[in-house]
Amino acid sequence: MTVALIDCNSFYASCERVFRPDLAGKPIVVLSNNDGCIVAQSREAKNLGIPRGLPLFKAREIIEKEDVAVFSSNYALYADLSRRIMDLLASRVPRMEVYSIDEAFLILDGHPGDPAGLCRMVRNDVFRGVGIPTSVGIGPTKVLAKIAAKQAKKRPDEVFAIGPSESAVDEILAGTPVKEVWGVSRGLAKRLAERGVATALDLKGVDDAWAKKRITMTGLRIVWELRGIPSIDMEEIPPPKQGIMSSKSFGRPVTALEDLREAAADYAMRAAEKLRNQNSICSVVDVALTTNYFRDSDRQYSANRTVSLARPTDYLPSLAEAARSGLEAIYKPGYRYKKVSVYLSGIEDKNKRQGELFDAPDPRKEAVSRAVDRITAKYGRDALHCRAARLDADWHMRREFLSPLYTTRWSDLPVAHAR
Amino acid sequence: MNSTPCQPAGDQAPSAVPLFPLRVPAGFPSPADDYAEESLDFNRLLVADPPVTVAMRVAGDSMIGAGILDGDLIVVDRGLVARPGDVVVAVLDGEFTVKRLKRIGHDGFALAPENPEYPEIPLDGASELTVLGVVVHAIHSFDSAGRAQPRNR
Repeated sequence: MTVALIDCNSFYASCERVFRPDLAGKPIVVLSNNDGCIVAQSREAKNLGIPRGLPLFKAREIIEKEDVAVFSSNYALYADLSRRIMDLLASRVPRMEVYSIDEAFLILDGHPGDPAGLCRMVRNDVFRGVGIPTSVGIGPTKVLAKIAAKQAKKRPDEVFAIGPSESAVDEILAGTPVKEVWGVSRGLAKRLAERGVATALDLKGVDDAWAKKRITMTGLRIVWELRGIPSIDMEEIPPPKQGIMSSKSFGRPVTALEDLREAAADYAMRAAEKLRNQNSICSVVDVALTTNYFRDSDRQYSANRTVSLARPTDYLPSLAEAARSGLEAIYKPGYRYKKVSVYLSGIEDKNKRQGELFDAPDPRKEAVSRAVDRITAKYGRDALHCRAARLDADWHMRREFLSPLYTTRWSDLPVAHAR
Repeated sequence: MNSTPCQPAGDQAPSAVPLFPLRVPAGFPSPADDYAEESLDFNRLLVADPPVTVAMRVAGDSMIGAGILDGDLIVVDRGLVARPGDVVVAVLDGEFTVKRLKRIGHDGFALAPENPEYPEIPLDGASELTVLGVVVHAIHSFDSAGRAQPRNR
């Protein structure tokens, strides 16, 4: 198997540059929900020493001194640009899997020509067509492709194929700390280090039986992937930190809104589960619908809707309602749909949330959420179905530095000067 | 009547009878199918490649000779490679500008307006040229009273 991971460079910051040619090469930072702290920086901002997670008030001095451009998170813009990139990728490489808002796996088997050449072309198409720079890692497995992608960011042409010789692979693995291996959590990395497994190369070389016992079947699959044996399916992948995707392609085309509603509610539930498992809350729910791109006889339609929640939450009824309203806004009768997906973003750590005067969490909601978790754990996901609930709208997020919705609002279109 | 007589099993080993699954279409073809047409789809007309198409608003009148007026909406295809003669959106002094791409001499380029009141801008070769995309359509709306608003939303 030959798989590539294409990864956007500084995605949020790059999105803010697409319609701001005056910001090329300038330092840019993007703020978290409620303009609290810095969640993304352009390379120039990173080079100025501005770290991720720095609260805005602490960064004010350097922002003013170095004329750093500041933006609030414009999730609708990022979601739309991401969708364009993914649609473009799917048209170039049919076997592709979206992993997160700014990463996708491309299965290159069966494509003529050399993989690196194809990836350069795809990368170029994305930059020219959408305006987002990317880097690409290529390898025989997803885990190795992800490691290669990290290497690619350091290379001038930003495409890197790991290997082909085993010694070449091992050289890279020796220089990769085990916590950077995809699927290895910080806690696991610590436990591994205690047992002398500090690099990806060390992890590759562990005994299978030991691995199965110490780091479970999932961990063993990661080890096999490091050895070049494809072993991980999309379903088993740990969700990325910036967003949680839940979706599935239907075996048979679906046309009825009722069926899509059910699927969307189900995926919202799964995504919410992942959200709660990682102790996070989210503020954006993005719903997407597509027909089967490869069935020429079918009329094609694809759309998505980004719903911003008034307040970041992990409360399933709020998320399900947002997913439902998004779906109903984009549903069109008469199409044979292939896939619906629910994507949660604007993710924050539940405990780190800065206290707000009117932001006291509702203990009844927390009790409901815990009850849902207990029932789901005991009886399975299908035991509970979510009925429509109303969204809260008591206050709105502070987003002082929000850029226009260039690609999703007629009133916000970028201007082309004729002078 | 000619028919293949049934063979008694006799000393022949029983053989599996292959089953060929037949897919029977559920309905009958309708005479109307051949004439089935879709409504005119403006999206298909204006947007050849959705992921790489952007809409922009024109500000100014330097391109009126090309039929692009102040306030018009332009559809820009970022996937097309700009060629001399194309109307393009280029980047100039940190902003987007709409101009006609012109070749000068052997390998020089210029960004030309289509209004005598505005100057042509020569470029120092292709390296100086940053193009966002090629303008494929310009949409001018005559609805000054704002009456043509979408109904039934």
